[in-house]
Amino acid sequence: MRKILAILLAVMVLSVASAQTKEIRVLLANHPYGDLLKSAIPEFEQASGIKVNVEQYQEGQLSTKLATEFASGSSTVDVFMSRPLQEAKMFYKNGWFQPLSSYDFSDFPKSALGLVTFGSKVYAVPIVTEWQVLYYRADLLKKAGLAVPKTFAELEAAAKKLNSADVAGFASRGKGNPAVTQLSAYIYSYGGNYLEKGKAAFNSKKALDAIRFYGKMLGNYGPTGVTAMSWDNIMPLFQAGKVAMWTDASVFYGQIVDPAKSQVPAENVGMASLPAGPAGSKPYFVVSWSIGVSKKSKDQDSAQKFLAWATSKEMAKRGLAAQIPMARDSAWADKEVLSKVLPSLVETRAQAAKNGMPYDRPYMSAVGEARDRIGEVIIESINTKGASANLDKKAADMVQKVNELLEDTGEYGVQ
Amino acid sequence: MIKTGFVERNLRLLFPLPALIFVVVMMLFPVIYTLFLSFTNWNLTSGMPLRIVGLQSYYRIFTEPRFLAAFGRTFAFTGAAVVTETILGIAVALILNREFLGKGLVKLFLLLPLVATPVAVGIVFNLFYDPTIGLANYALSLAGFPRSGWVSNTATVLPSLVLVDVWQWTPMIALIVLAGLAGLSSEPYESARVDGASELQILWRITLPMVMPTIFTAMILRTIDALKTFDIIFAMTGGGPGYSSETLNILGYKYSFEYFRMGQSSVILVALFAVVLACSLGIMKLRGRAEA
Repeated sequence: MRKILAILLAVMVLSVASAQTKEIRVLLANHPYGDLLKSAIPEFEQASGIKVNVEQYQEGQLSTKLATEFASGSSTVDVFMSRPLQEAKMFYKNGWFQPLSSYDFSDFPKSALGLVTFGSKVYAVPIVTEWQVLYYRADLLKKAGLAVPKTFAELEAAAKKLNSADVAGFASRGKGNPAVTQLSAYIYSYGGNYLEKGKAAFNSKKALDAIRFYGKMLGNYGPTGVTAMSWDNIMPLFQAGKVAMWTDASVFYGQIVDPAKSQVPAENVGMASLPAGPAGSKPYFVVSWSIGVSKKSKDQDSAQKFLAWATSKEMAKRGLAAQIPMARDSAWADKEVLSKVLPSLVETRAQAAKNGMPYDRPYMSAVGEARDRIGEVIIESINTKGASANLDKKAADMVQKVNELLEDTGEYGVQ
Repeated sequence: MIKTGFVERNLRLLFPLPALIFVVVMMLFPVIYTLFLSFTNWNLTSGMPLRIVGLQSYYRIFTEPRFLAAFGRTFAFTGAAVVTETILGIAVALILNREFLGKGLVKLFLLLPLVATPVAVGIVFNLFYDPTIGLANYALSLAGFPRSGWVSNTATVLPSLVLVDVWQWTPMIALIVLAGLAGLSSEPYESARVDGASELQILWRITLPMVMPTIFTAMILRTIDALKTFDIIFAMTGGGPGYSSETLNILGYKYSFEYFRMGQSSVILVALFAVVLACSLGIMKLRGRAEA
């Protein structure tokens, strides 16, 4: 009897294995859109009959995972999320992307496609755009008799007034590497840039003024330990009511006011455009995430099908309705979807699209190390409340380091 | 004459073979490959094929201030952690070597940090150290002390990390030393008491010298481990704020998995390997002298 059972079992296992359902492996980021896709994947599986094995990672881990798997040459990844400004250049140089020749890109803004286009080919589909905004506690501003800051001077005055032993007047990323993207908007608003003509330029007078202002704000009014904080450390503080104002990417509003996590009621949380600096309000307006297909994928057909579904107009509308700022133009033109979107998201996007810059970090292959180098300057500035006598020299040293990195990768002086 | 097969004739070669293959494939090969990579310029961000460049990567790394700082920091962390753990560990072992009520229970609790997962320990301590909402600062403020930045402050991050390491690994030293104490013969003690030696003299002249080899063994194990510490630091600070808790292992990780400079990362790891080897040999030599 037992023998028969064993044989039966073996036959069953074999028949299941030989049924050969198509399977693909998809790597997503811990990002609101990654979450949305993950929850919607059963719909795709049902409609297409393709089984999707999803893995989800924090952005830094995702980057490492992809690069090491691809570099080993034995990757089984079929479709993956990646950041155009962080990884695209390096992935393209190593030939890890499958070029997308048959995809219809007419629904995407040109500026968004520029970052994932190399030569004449597009290598990934932009999915999410982000721009910098100012999150603020409307109730605290009102209590202090303040209007929402429109300039850096007003921002500083408000931070000073709102700062107390219990509540930090102002927060923004202070941890060197992640802070680079948030500092970028301050540098632009002062009229500077990270790179100019393919050379590091963040030791210009304008950029240094911005770095000093950023350091002064966080050093004086930031939460304790801000030099160790990225957005994932600041958000719980904001949700616990310990932060009055916070500049960061526009994707977080939905999470901030999530009643399961936040002690601050949604009506007390506002979102506004970045206040203006000497050169105006110039937030970054970037494609933060894209989805691409691996060159090594053994089932290109299924991978392309998944890509088409994950970046479809319908998914873009669903994302936008969930307050995720999608890249597709058509989603933003849909009146019904827009009625579900926060008015401040639409307003700040319009402002950012008009004045914003398409980069929030130095656009180069060795961006990971460049960010750490610039981070050194940021931390020096925060630790000295922007008053460091050493800052100019430090910035000049780091400019040299970043230029070396550009030389290492053959990008120095190349635009 | 009995004919024997190939297997029977070569038993003494065949039996150790699995172990030998394991050592070569899993231990020797990675070390040699890393050594090979350290002479190349393999860099994923350049997208160019790997090229042998001799000592160029060594020059780049050895003149990099970040590397030198990490080098010193690795020793500072290891020294502070191992010395504290050894002193505390011996003290705990001496206490536990006596009979008292609830000794079994104390031993059990002592084991708990040892079996905890380092990353989980790191996360819990991070909550504990949180400058705004953490328990550590709450305790400080209750006692009337000013708040500390703990791991978020450049000045306090290394001692804070050492504290976690001490919390986790003192019990190991204590247990090893305790085992050594249990194995000591009672005769020297009896004769010392007959000669009228004080308790302190007995501890200093008899117990410690006799248990010294065991202490050195515990120290070697801890030193090797502490030099290579990765999980706790990575989970708690990732080497930050800035680079202020970056040890060689963390720096090596960053060079390979964040900067994708495999060649230069290999140089860092070769340096770490040399440091660990030198330290172990040094302590072993000291141990030999203590035994002699």
